[in-house]
Amino acid sequence: MDQSIYRSHVLICTGTGCVSSGSKKIKTVLEDELAEHDLSKEIKIVETGCHGFCEKGPIMIVYPEGVFYCQLKEEDVAEIVEEHFLKGRIVDRLLFKEPISEESIPAYQDIEFYKKQRRIVLSNCGRIDPESIEEYIASGGYEAAGKAITEMTPEEVIQEVKDSGLRGRGGGGFPTGLKWDFTRKAAGDKKYIICNADEGDPGAFMDRSLLEGDPHAVIEGMIIAAYAIGADEGYVYVRAEYPLAITRLQKAIEQAEELGLLGDNLFGSDFSFDLHIKKGAGAFVCGEETALMASIEGKRGMPRPKPPFPANKGLWGKPTNINNVETFGNVPYIINEGAEAFSSVGTENSSGTKVFALTGKINNTGLVEVPMGITLREIVFDIGGGLTSGKKFKAVQTGGPSGGCITSDYLDLPIDYDSLKEIGAMMGSGGMVVMDEGTCMVDVAKFFLDFTQSESCGKCTPCREGTKRMLEILNRICEGEGKEGDIELLLELGEHIKDTALCGLGQTAPNPVLSTIKYFRNEYEAHIKDKKCPAGVCQGLAAAYVIDEETCVGCGMCAKVCPVDAISGKPKESYQIDGDICISCGACAQKCPVDAISQG
Amino acid sequence: MKSLEELRELRSKVQKDLEMRSNSERPKIIIGMGTCGIAAGARKILKAVMKEIDKRGLDVIVTQTGCIGMCEKEPLLDVKMPGKDRVTYGNLTPADVKMIIVEHVINGNVVEDLAIARFDEGGN
Ligand SMILES: Cc1cc2nc3c(=O)[nH]c(=O)nc-3n(C[C@H](O)[C@H](O)[C@H](O)COP(=O)(O)O)c2cc1C
Ligand code: SF4
Ligand code: SF4
Ligand code: FES
Ligand code: FES
Repeated sequence: MDQSIYRSHVLICTGTGCVSSGSKKIKTVLEDELAEHDLSKEIKIVETGCHGFCEKGPIMIVYPEGVFYCQLKEEDVAEIVEEHFLKGRIVDRLLFKEPISEESIPAYQDIEFYKKQRRIVLSNCGRIDPESIEEYIASGGYEAAGKAITEMTPEEVIQEVKDSGLRGRGGGGFPTGLKWDFTRKAAGDKKYIICNADEGDPGAFMDRSLLEGDPHAVIEGMIIAAYAIGADEGYVYVRAEYPLAITRLQKAIEQAEELGLLGDNLFGSDFSFDLHIKKGAGAFVCGEETALMASIEGKRGMPRPKPPFPANKGLWGKPTNINNVETFGNVPYIINEGAEAFSSVGTENSSGTKVFALTGKINNTGLVEVPMGITLREIVFDIGGGLTSGKKFKAVQTGGPSGGCITSDYLDLPIDYDSLKEIGAMMGSGGMVVMDEGTCMVDVAKFFLDFTQSESCGKCTPCREGTKRMLEILNRICEGEGKEGDIELLLELGEHIKDTALCGLGQTAPNPVLSTIKYFRNEYEAHIKDKKCPAGVCQGLAAAYVIDEETCVGCGMCAKVCPVDAISGKPKESYQIDGDICISCGACAQKCPVDAISQG
Repeated sequence: MKSLEELRELRSKVQKDLEMRSNSERPKIIIGMGTCGIAAGARKILKAVMKEIDKRGLDVIVTQTGCIGMCEKEPLLDVKMPGKDRVTYGNLTPADVKMIIVEHVINGNVVEDLAIARFDEGGN
């Protein structure tokens, strides 16, 4: 090699989102183009993990300028090489354009989506090659593990984590340092550490992205935790549906072993640590810690009552500490920068940042990391770029099947563990589904309950039978068969299941129902009493569409698309919809060029 | 890994490559690569720049720019030190590049013989 440094680095996102939109192909074409122009030795291609903006993938960032190209197609690559790499001209048409100002933005730090984010856990994600331990080390990696093992006692490490205020990012928000302390103090020599990468919540992909984009950070967090609690062996429990995460993690573990960062006598100390991967079949209940441990032991993934807690009796009966992927991802930063730096971000009782997976009716769906205490308004409108469809914001569902809704009344509430709990929502693992007026809240509740009901392991009666009964009632309501007293029955059943279910799955399963009844009771009532679905979602209940005579120009487009021939009329005269035939599919309203059709 | 020092040694070895992806202010060398620039040999200049930077282990951003309207003075190269004016050099040979890098980028003295223009960019 006649030259070891490059004048430019081209970072191509190869997270799951971008790969599915074709980034691997883009990379191949780029390699060919660079070779053709004799630039291969000047320009380095780096594959990275997710940048968060998956919606706009495939994504490419060109350094040193930090130019952000998105939604690339294979044909675009030659132009980038000829214009940008050869002549230094940024290709404007491939830059990101702000949806509102329509301004094109060259440097990605200036895009609204990134401006309000604070990247601590994801700082390396999309910036380094996740398959290169050298790049991780170059950006300060394994320094924290070295520091903890050689310069701190386990008690000091635990104290630092306690002082940082870090709380578990897997959902419950239990103080991490305290949990480590319990396991450290538990009796026994053999101890385990487990990373929970099951990520069963529908709509969530935070943990997958971190494992794909920066696997070494998770490994380093686990090494530090293992040292702190006195464990010499650990497991990462990942669901088998995450093949890319598993491959990169496997590679990362091998690289760390090769450099002696895993294995015996780390950093010349007498601390040794081995790490294994355990693939899970992908059952939601296997994310529950006792079920997860049963699954690692080779048994069926079913929860058992607590206590005894894993800290005392965990994997194979030994003291075990289990944390979420993102929780471990925060640990190297805390050790490197100190508890104070960490707790200076966020709110008093919820320090640091939280990674959310933003989905639903929003312009910029993707992965975002924000300081705790940020408001929902900032997330939805500044980072998320507002709602698609131009419809009005209705609510955000957080915490997946264990969570609830945040309504527009709480748009300015600072988001942290406690504030969300207070309003009956929940931080959960970080799924955020944005909903607009066109969303039926009874339908949403039904969706999540349907999920938990079918994921219930069936061990305890309240969860097995109770959720089934609730689901039956919801199905009835959505089909127009709702009865007086159904709401009360749902509330009663819900409270009862919460109190008596064996594990967290059942204990939280009623939450989406309870929360939507709390904030959108009128929608339940409309379904039950008026036999109407105000959002027009529940088939058979939704109000028929009507045509406004004044506005209609008589083009006849609507009649052509109606699947049930409910629309009639003569060209140039106002058309009509027969409300008895209309199935409320809305196909006509979408086609009408003058917006003359709406739901009556 | 036998010790923390060993990790740090490895880190300093691999670090330089990554600095390109940080936002800190660094000296910048900008090469005129319009059509006529390339015809006048700008790619040779670019290669000479890269070679010098690599040889001396400098932390410098190298970028290109298009036509700046001084085709007759090609090949062109600009040096922009943090907080200083941007200086344009013209009619360059690879040997000039060496001189500019040592004198201007490392020692901070503008090579007046070769400079053909200066822009006040408000310290940017
Ligand atoms: C049904 C159910 C599913 C869960 N799924 C996950 C999961 O996918 N990932 C996770 O980290 N925690 C999950 N949890 C929480 C874990 O049991 C455990 O509390 C968590 O991993 C602890 O890590 P933390 O303290 O770092 O948050 C789940 C809990 C329940 C009850
Ligand atoms: S909503 Fe659907 S069924 Fe009703 S009139 Fe329009 S196209 Fe026909
Ligand atoms: S598409 Fe709109 S304007 Fe055209 S006939 Fe139907 S209602 Fe009237
Ligand atoms: S996968 Fe590329 S930005 Fe998320
Ligand atoms: S193309 Fe070089 S200055 Fe015009």
